[in-house]
Amino acid sequence: MAKHATPLLDQLESGPWPSFVSDLKQQAAKRAKNAEKIDFQIPADVVDDLLGLLELSFVDGVTHWKHGGIVGVFGYGGGVIGRYCDQPEKFPGVAHFHTMRVSQPAGKFYTAEYLRQLCDLWDLRGSGITNMHGSTGDIIFLGTTTPQLEEVFFELTHKFNQDLGGSGSNLRTPADCIGQARCEYACYDTQNLCHTLTNEYQDELHRPAFPYKFKFKFDGCPNCCVASIARADMSFIGTWKDDIKIDQEAVQAYIGGEIAPNANDHNGRDWGKFDIQKEVIKLCPTACMWMEGGKLKIDTRECNRCMHCINVMPRALRIGDDRGLSILAGAKAPILDGAQMGSLLVPFIPAEEPYDEIKEVIESVWDWWMEEGKNRERLGELIKRQGFQKLLEVTGIEPMPQHVKEPRSNPYIFWKEEEVEGGWTRDITEYRKHHQR
Amino acid sequence: MEYEEAKAKIVDELQRKSKTKTKFYFSDLAKLLEAKPRDAKKLVNQMVTDGALVYWSSGSTTMYSLPGVGKQAAAEHEEKEE
Ligand code: SF4
Ligand code: SF4
Repeated sequence: MAKHATPLLDQLESGPWPSFVSDLKQQAAKRAKNAEKIDFQIPADVVDDLLGLLELSFVDGVTHWKHGGIVGVFGYGGGVIGRYCDQPEKFPGVAHFHTMRVSQPAGKFYTAEYLRQLCDLWDLRGSGITNMHGSTGDIIFLGTTTPQLEEVFFELTHKFNQDLGGSGSNLRTPADCIGQARCEYACYDTQNLCHTLTNEYQDELHRPAFPYKFKFKFDGCPNCCVASIARADMSFIGTWKDDIKIDQEAVQAYIGGEIAPNANDHNGRDWGKFDIQKEVIKLCPTACMWMEGGKLKIDTRECNRCMHCINVMPRALRIGDDRGLSILAGAKAPILDGAQMGSLLVPFIPAEEPYDEIKEVIESVWDWWMEEGKNRERLGELIKRQGFQKLLEVTGIEPMPQHVKEPRSNPYIFWKEEEVEGGWTRDITEYRKHHQR
Repeated sequence: MEYEEAKAKIVDELQRKSKTKTKFYFSDLAKLLEAKPRDAKKLVNQMVTDGALVYWSSGSTTMYSLPGVGKQAAAEHEEKEE
């Protein structure tokens, strides 16, 4: 029997979709029964009270969570988010209901044993409710009390060799795609770069001194499986410089229907015979492909490495060998409004250990943003406010054609007098004779 | 700036303002210290380690206050968070 009646929440279970309400009820019942005889360190009915509080919010049409708070583990300014409810007498189980962010392993690779350990820890010292994963990538532990924070942190760090992630005005937990571990499209070792920078920037991750949040994300190729281009303040996207490698025999096998396109992804329905003209060549965004004498040709100078042709014919086309990554800056995906994609900052940079060149770019961007950024201003907003040209100046990167998305839309790069040989003089009085203000 | 001097300055200033304001952005502290962000960060971190300052976090933004000053959980004016 549920502790609180939740008629409004029950409605959410009635649709065809899986419902978090059902999950929570299941968890509440599991804790009430406690078949494993766990020595719960926070109220056993935490999940019941969570459901009750949420029901009350639906009735009242307002949240009953207070905003933020002073919680954390010693020495860390992030990784724990304080949550307190404003109806603690009615719902004592969620009087404190703090969130902990657990830094996910690079590429989100873990063993079943590791996951089981995390869940056991959280059943004992928290609500048992997790979110796999938060939008930044972390494993999210939802709901524990203040005294348990240090306990959980101690066990994570001492037993599982596992750190907390970032929150607040910090570097957020860097996230990457599975990369070379499993994916033949990966142009660099995303896991290595992600892990290296995570270790390098521990201070930025745990001790907040930025104007606002800052996200790094690492995609091995322009397919962007972690969507770095859409949400990371700095995105690291694998790319290559030389030709796409073409296996002409395999191209013919695709044309002849011996190999299914898109790695057989579309086999749920008969889409008709594969048409290379229609499905590949015509869809190339830069129109740089054609057939000539039964051979597929690509004009590498025009190709923008969009990945389309490779995705359709992975056995015929492969990424080039001269590999590295592009760095983009300024993306953000806030909940309310102001979403913005990243702007290309460095078209190509080698991704080789110890990644000094990459660190140099990162640190010059940070120096600028820490100095000039307003409170709660993301890097992308600073770039808009002070101009992309300013970003180029502070990073010491020369303006180049790749910075221009299309003429007359972005970015305007102006010459300064000292940059032009001989400088220039301008007689403003003479000019005004012919041009009104 | 020497650490002790910096600490005294921050604590004095935050106490003086504590009637009207209890939470401060990092940049407010850096301004008080008249230091570059990186230098200010070292000093401010040390103050947190010493217990002279505490972090306050909404989840999306971090602020600093004196320990025990202001409401533990509330910041009535705060914005939306992630
Ligand atoms: S982003 Fe590219 S390299 Fe990374 S997993 Fe996706 S397809 Fe593979
Ligand atoms: S990667 Fe994209 S731009 Fe390059 S040839 Fe293939 S479809 Fe065209």
